[in-house]
Amino acid sequence: MIKQEYSSLLIRILSTLSPLSILILWEVMARVHIIDTRLLSSPSLILHAFIPLLLSGELLYNTAVSVQRVIWGFLAGSAPGIVLGIGMGLSPLIRSAFEPMIAATYPIPKLALMPLILLVFGLGETSKIFTIAIGVFYLVVINTMAGVLSIDKIYLDVAQNFGASRKNFYLTVALPGALPMIFAGLKLGMGMSLILIVAAELSAAKAGVGWMIWRAYDMFAIEQMFIALITLSLLGYLFSLLLDMLENWVLPWKKQV
Amino acid sequence: MAYEKESISVTNLSKIFNATSGQITALQDISLSIGEGEFFCIVGPSGCGKTTLLRILAGLDSSSGGTITIKPTNIDRPINSMVFQEQSIFPWMTVIDNVSYGLRMRNIPKKERYEIARHYIEMIGLSKFTHAYPSQLSGGMKQRVSVARAFANDPEILLMDEPFGALDEQNRILLQHELLRIWEETRKTTVFITHSIDEALCLGDRIMVMSANPGMVKTIITNDLPRPRKISEIRTSLQYNELFQSIWLILRDEVTNSKNNSSTEEKKQPQI
Repeated sequence: MIKQEYSSLLIRILSTLSPLSILILWEVMARVHIIDTRLLSSPSLILHAFIPLLLSGELLYNTAVSVQRVIWGFLAGSAPGIVLGIGMGLSPLIRSAFEPMIAATYPIPKLALMPLILLVFGLGETSKIFTIAIGVFYLVVINTMAGVLSIDKIYLDVAQNFGASRKNFYLTVALPGALPMIFAGLKLGMGMSLILIVAAELSAAKAGVGWMIWRAYDMFAIEQMFIALITLSLLGYLFSLLLDMLENWVLPWKKQV
Repeated sequence: MAYEKESISVTNLSKIFNATSGQITALQDISLSIGEGEFFCIVGPSGCGKTTLLRILAGLDSSSGGTITIKPTNIDRPINSMVFQEQSIFPWMTVIDNVSYGLRMRNIPKKERYEIARHYIEMIGLSKFTHAYPSQLSGGMKQRVSVARAFANDPEILLMDEPFGALDEQNRILLQHELLRIWEETRKTTVFITHSIDEALCLGDRIMVMSANPGMVKTIITNDLPRPRKISEIRTSLQYNELFQSIWLILRDEVTNSKNNSSTEEKKQPQI
């Protein structure tokens, strides 16, 4: 097969053009009534609804509420996930104690736990944060453990040969060696937390982007629903950008490969 | 060559592995004495247990019997530092952090350990790459960093497990040259494992030939090629050729023996 080199300009033009042409196509089909604007709206109608929502501060407020829940849930899930994952990767004892439990509970859809979580934690913020945390936790703990287990044995020999203490072993071998996989887990966890926020805000929420979607459904305000969806996708993009920046900063040795 | 002081003393060392098919004697009745400041080479067919012997000396594996004594000259020094056969420098550390790793583990302040590391980085000719990550280095450069890391730690003894085995010929000769130069400056007691007779003759003061199945000391040959050595000059000397010939004759039998053993084992297997 011949490998073709495309100019970076062409690639950039294409990647801007394709979403733009979909928007145009959508607008045109709405105008000529091929699609029902009561159900699928149109870019111009959405833009029209967007301005008052932004100016009133309602959109920003709901976004801030959701972002806060995502961040707290993400931190509450990933921190214990990293600690336990490293422990499970390094110690066969810890691994054999926790692995069966995690393997057995991992396949349960986290959404199926929502009613139980609501019963235990009530209708407040805790239940929403906990729902996100538990989804993030599984992805981070599994990836962190795999990351530690994948560290080449030679580095353990080197650490031992150079007399690394337990603390130094964690800091200079186990943690940096597992970091690339930890980040893979964090990125998956971030995607998961955006899925879960919408579900968590379905029940007993009074604000949030997910709540906006459900309220728009109740009020049949399709434009608001689309605005909330776009906000979610922007949030996802921003969060992954932030994680990429963090990864480049924490893993400078990966960047240059 | 006589040494005033003994650095390493090994007596009746053995190593038995428990495998599913029964016990395998990897090392049997190894006794040797290595002098302070000696460059001691070990050659042998693959599977003769030379790496196992080195790992036991390094404290990375335990022995099944016998004793090892390493006599410290200075209690502040670490006992040994090893240069591994495979790529072993940390990809997540810069060259200077890799070279100063042993010093950091011994809680030597950053300024001091960087100063020491810089000296050895200069010796291996990688000053330009002081703050580079290993992903930016070639295989030969990585192995130079590994050598520098062991020297910078200033141990009583250096253990080298075929450190240049994975390199191409040109790089190998270059690194042998550099190792000779650094060693001649520091005169560290060194145990160097190789499968290459040539490498053992270029570097070693004495060469121990091992036999396989079980790994035993076949003979120890004194290599009195004059120092400082130049690899290009050594190879053309009559003495080199005589020594090469005598080691090869011993090794040849060992290699064919171990080959025959393994081929009969292969033949046996289908019947089981």
